[in-house]
Amino acid sequence: MFDLPILSIVTFIPLIGALLILGFRVVAGPSFAAGASKGIALIMSLAAFAASIYALMQFNPNAIGYQLVESIPWFGGSAYKLGVDGMSLALIILTTALTPLCVLQSMRSIADRLADYMVAFLILETLMIGVFCALDLMLFYVFFEGGLIPMFLLIGIWGGKNRLYAAFKFFLYTLLGSLLLLVALVYMYMVTGTTDIEALQRYPFAPQVQTWLWLAFFASFSVKLPMWPVHTWLPDAHVEAPTAGSVVLAAVLLKMGGYGFLRFSLPMFPDASLLFQPLMFALSVIAIVYTSLVAFRQTDIKKLVAYSSVAHMGFVTLGIFSFNEAGIQGAVFQMISHGIISGALFFCVGVIYDRMHTREIAFYGGLVHRMPVYAALFMLFSMANVGLPGTSGFVGEILTMVGGFQASTWAAAGAALGVILSAVYMLTLYRRVVFGEITNEKLSDIKDVNATEFFVLGLLAVMALVFGVFPSLVFDLTKGSSDAILQMIGK
Amino acid sequence: MNLLADLQVALPDALLAGYGLAALLLAAIGGDRISVLLRILTSFALAAAAVFAFIQFPQGDAEAFNGLYRVTPFVLFAKGATYALAALALFMSGGFLKAAAMERYEYSLLVVFAAMGAGVMLSANDLMTLYVGIETLSLSSYVLAAFRRDSLKSAEAGLKYFVLGALASGLLLYGSSLVYGFAGSTNYAVIAAADNSVGLIFGLVLIICGLAFKASAAPFHVWTPDVYEGAPAPVVAFFATAPKIAAVVVLAHVMFTTFGPHEKSWQMVIAIIAALSMLIGAFGALAQNSIKRILAYSSISNVGFALIAIAAGVEDGASAVLVYMTLYVIATLGMFGGVLALRRKGVAIDDVSDLNGLSKLKPGMTLGLVVLIFSVAGIPPAVGFWGKLQVFEAGLRADMLWLVLVGALSSVVSLGYYLRLVWAMMMKPAGEALDRTDFSVSATVFASALISFPVLTIGIQMLLDAAAFASAG
Repeated sequence: MFDLPILSIVTFIPLIGALLILGFRVVAGPSFAAGASKGIALIMSLAAFAASIYALMQFNPNAIGYQLVESIPWFGGSAYKLGVDGMSLALIILTTALTPLCVLQSMRSIADRLADYMVAFLILETLMIGVFCALDLMLFYVFFEGGLIPMFLLIGIWGGKNRLYAAFKFFLYTLLGSLLLLVALVYMYMVTGTTDIEALQRYPFAPQVQTWLWLAFFASFSVKLPMWPVHTWLPDAHVEAPTAGSVVLAAVLLKMGGYGFLRFSLPMFPDASLLFQPLMFALSVIAIVYTSLVAFRQTDIKKLVAYSSVAHMGFVTLGIFSFNEAGIQGAVFQMISHGIISGALFFCVGVIYDRMHTREIAFYGGLVHRMPVYAALFMLFSMANVGLPGTSGFVGEILTMVGGFQASTWAAAGAALGVILSAVYMLTLYRRVVFGEITNEKLSDIKDVNATEFFVLGLLAVMALVFGVFPSLVFDLTKGSSDAILQMIGK
Repeated sequence: MNLLADLQVALPDALLAGYGLAALLLAAIGGDRISVLLRILTSFALAAAAVFAFIQFPQGDAEAFNGLYRVTPFVLFAKGATYALAALALFMSGGFLKAAAMERYEYSLLVVFAAMGAGVMLSANDLMTLYVGIETLSLSSYVLAAFRRDSLKSAEAGLKYFVLGALASGLLLYGSSLVYGFAGSTNYAVIAAADNSVGLIFGLVLIICGLAFKASAAPFHVWTPDVYEGAPAPVVAFFATAPKIAAVVVLAHVMFTTFGPHEKSWQMVIAIIAALSMLIGAFGALAQNSIKRILAYSSISNVGFALIAIAAGVEDGASAVLVYMTLYVIATLGMFGGVLALRRKGVAIDDVSDLNGLSKLKPGMTLGLVVLIFSVAGIPPAVGFWGKLQVFEAGLRADMLWLVLVGALSSVVSLGYYLRLVWAMMMKPAGEALDRTDFSVSATVFASALISFPVLTIGIQMLLDAAAFASAG
């Protein structure tokens, strides 16, 4: 019925953009390519967004199973197989929607080697979309691990002072986890003779085997998500990455961990998932409470937002492992919502960082007097991050907690503590940066947001509010996939 | 058997032997004046031999010279690759030889004899032929390592290689004589049929030691960093590719065919050598600053990965060895050749800091090298990853989870120095300008980079089919 390989088109449009920029760089030299790269990157990322919207229109949320499937044999038992369900489509659109905004932001704030930057960024977008499209475990792994390379370059070349440490830590931490996933993948291929995700989801692995495979997948996804105690790479990577790098890192790359649990761990290893439920709850609650407290102690704005990301990812795992409709729907929603809000918060940090080149909380204060528009937008996103009703943050947190409550009262109670703590650190941050009198002379002539920044932040604000008021926009899309997951774990 | 039929079986090797002798005569008359011509001719001769080997490849099994010599698709695969790599390594070396005033005719001759030795040892069907092949390869290699006569380090490299190599040859011979004593023959088939005995096992282990030395697997790797550091750059690019794939495949071949029935006796030995090689290769390079030494450790580590597949045994591992080594040497040729061909004011660079800012100085070259580094490191979507995948699968099929986990761990550790190279190239401020890169070098770098990604990434099934065919025969 669908002749157009729309998912391949969505996935590879950014890559074509990257190749075009590379071509210009070779033919016309770096300075011309830098100028051209702005236009090409913007057009190509918008084209990818348009294509993903087209895919959304083709998608039937009421149908069961994967849709828009395309499959070409590749090697051995693996195939180039793409397909989406509601959950992955939502994450793809999140990716394609955020990338043009990142490109817009980067055009102004990246001065050095802009063409190379855009190439790395577009390749990263292709790999991110590919992760969510892949319906073959091998293909998934290639996209999943391939994404490390452009992110390593983004942090390493365009990052802050301590980027060497951060880039290496990011790469090695994530690689160690994913190699265990690789070993598990090879084992599963050996047993089943295929790496097709649909086939693997139906394959009944023995409970004993499930436990080990689950642990191997856990090693990879828990680092990626990240969960306490393997989260320590994230604050470093966030602090050193350029603004747009932080945005995609928080908004999309972290979601691969949660997506991995939902797509693989639960459907393929249901017994092991049930077995490890207490462990996951414990780690989630520790993540929520502990990293919230750590966030409170930070002196660097970006680091604070990074720790808050870890805490919010705790809600995601809490929801996923509560094994009920509310929890899983809430977890998916929380991923989308956190993508918007944390992305916006990193953009907000980027706005003042571009002006003052510091992220020290103590440096700022009284911004409301000079930057009223910025203060209003930052306020909105801070509140959304706290989970104020009416914003998308509220829906995700309340649903994951409802789900968690049905599974374990104690876990939900612990998570609820995190909601209070998030208000503590976010409001403190907001007060110290935005309110008060301007005491630092350097801030006396700081400019308010310009048109681009207003456009980017305004758009994200609209998204945060729309999804907060009409969460069913997402729920209708993802209901089918969460039902399917619940059915596969037999609940 | 008549001679002509025998020669037909051994055509690629015979061609090279004939060419080498003719070239020797030619060089005796022409001297160094014709060294450039000779180099080009030799590249073509090696390429032609590779083509003949690949033509023979689908035809399967044949014996010659009264059972001393035998070709199978398995060894022909490696032989073709060895000759092709030798041709390319020679093709790339021109600029360096000229810049270092090393343009002498012996260079081409030594390469061709070394390659022929590698070909003969691959086709050996008898421990004596094996020894003759290995010695032809080794003696040429010792001289190649010391080829830069006026450099103290090069002379030291040659001497060190020679002394240790002679010791390894001694071990190999001693092992062969033990095997002969207990099996009653030096013929592979007879040895394979012999009863298992303590003496045979002793001989087997000594043979493994000798072959592991040639493949630079730990704990017989100690010569590698020193020789790589001292030897001239194009020689290193040659050492790390053509003889490397030959040595590993010979080890696999001897284990699988000659000692195939005694699999239980050598499996654990090879597995331990594999684990040691991977770990030593991964940790050893972390503290190095010399590019050549880092590359030496990288090759030790990668040989360790190939040995996982050998340890897995013939059924699970044979095709994985070929796939892994092929993908590895393709990437290595471009990576070693490219990095080692970089010169600043006529002097080859050797410190990691000399690579600083390469992406500003040579952006295209850097892109190619980064692809190759990730391929050697086994990070997808570069094709080296598929080699690692095959090897891991072989290990798991043979129930060697611990070995696979050691491999996973050491590939994370080794990323530490691969990323350091990428870091220097892409992220450090640029140093002084580098000399112009020769066309032959950049062509090879780009070609191997393109093959490593994306050509073989998409078409990996072709290589898998070829390797599966080779190991089925």
